[in-house]
Amino acid sequence: MTIVRRMAGALPGAALALALLAAAPPQARAAGPVEIRIDNFTFNPPVITVPKGTAVTWLNADDIPHKLAGSDRPWKSPVLDTDQRFSMTFAEPGTYPYFCSLHPHMTGTVVVTAE
Amino acid sequence: MTRIEKASRTDQEQGLSRRTALSCMAWVGTGVLWTVAGGVPRSLGLIGDAAAAPPGGSTPNSFTFVQVSDSHIGFNKEANPDVGATLRAAIDGVNALPVRPAFAVHTGDVTHLSKPEEFDTAAQLLGGLKTGALHVVPGEHDVLDDTATAFRERYAPRDARGNGWYSFDEAGVHFLALVNVMDLKAGGLGNLGEEQLAWLEDDLRGRADSTPIVVLAHIPLWSVYPEWGWGTADSERALAALRRFGSVTVLNGHIHQVMQKVEGRIAFHTAMSTAFPQPAPGSAPSPGPMKVPADQLRRMLGVSRVEYVPGTAPLALVDTPLIG
Repeated sequence: MTIVRRMAGALPGAALALALLAAAPPQARAAGPVEIRIDNFTFNPPVITVPKGTAVTWLNADDIPHKLAGSDRPWKSPVLDTDQRFSMTFAEPGTYPYFCSLHPHMTGTVVVTAE
Repeated sequence: MTRIEKASRTDQEQGLSRRTALSCMAWVGTGVLWTVAGGVPRSLGLIGDAAAAPPGGSTPNSFTFVQVSDSHIGFNKEANPDVGATLRAAIDGVNALPVRPAFAVHTGDVTHLSKPEEFDTAAQLLGGLKTGALHVVPGEHDVLDDTATAFRERYAPRDARGNGWYSFDEAGVHFLALVNVMDLKAGGLGNLGEEQLAWLEDDLRGRADSTPIVVLAHIPLWSVYPEWGWGTADSERALAALRRFGSVTVLNGHIHQVMQKVEGRIAFHTAMSTAFPQPAPGSAPSPGPMKVPADQLRRMLGVSRVEYVPGTAPLALVDTPLIG
């Protein structure tokens, strides 16, 4: 599994998009930016399906920090405080369930397709 | 005004009459004062409240201790931009008590993001407590470094086991300081884990049934509201090991509001936060901080009230949700 991770921190949206483009591997075709908004202790949308190579960004819109972790794979994000973002590019097809390691009742899934 | 009331009753036929009225009022920026008379913890009420009286008479071996919780040092959002001030107010309230508490317990989320400077600030503030020892269990906000190293360096005694759990004794009362905020599983609740449960069973083995037990843990050990993660997945095994004891009091934090429940001989209690309130279960879209006007923060939370009235069965728990 190859995962490219990027902590966006407080970067403005435009700068973030540029940074992600610059970091994208050559085979990653431009899928539209995908953002999962963390709001009211839920991942919105809770399940997303994206082509491989897509950068997925989480934005914490809660007043409480959250921290992402893979449910069945050992990946995790830094702590995301309010308004912080975290991006990860999923290079290989598969189903990637994840949760918040502070509030484990919060769960979501990224489904990565071959195309 | 926002008001929350709960009443709990237990069954005197089970020989629990010595656990007399247990009641407390809670207020953001305060702690809860507890007294232990005849080995049975009783809440004396809100610190700073007129009802908070010194322990009854000259009962041998009686003492008081305070419970402070969820200080979230480092939080600076709208719900409370100055959590240092409200923690300081709590400490001032403790220090103004007519009888000095023997010690203090903090039931977790001392810090908001586990940052070294947050631990420093919290230590400076909590150092102002004019009580004996301070016993602290971690909240999930205190272990964001995944290893709980910063927390353990501050608060875990040398003989702490595993992720930092330990036990201690005060005046004949046996305290268990548990860690249920580590190694949480997807979709799950608080977690004690096999190693800690085995330690707990071993720790209790051989102790007389008459030993009063107080359990400290951040996330409630009973199922308050699983939809918001307010419970501990494997607490049942811990409670099974505790049921033979005549007096068990479980003190939790995490949910930033007072709740109380009695199951058999086990009394559960959650404390108010010193930082910000959280909504009553299911009364809001999420358990995030409740925002109230700054000049009303303490007053609005100050009327939260819990009463435990013994005498008749079965257990009754009455909630009036907070209204923001």
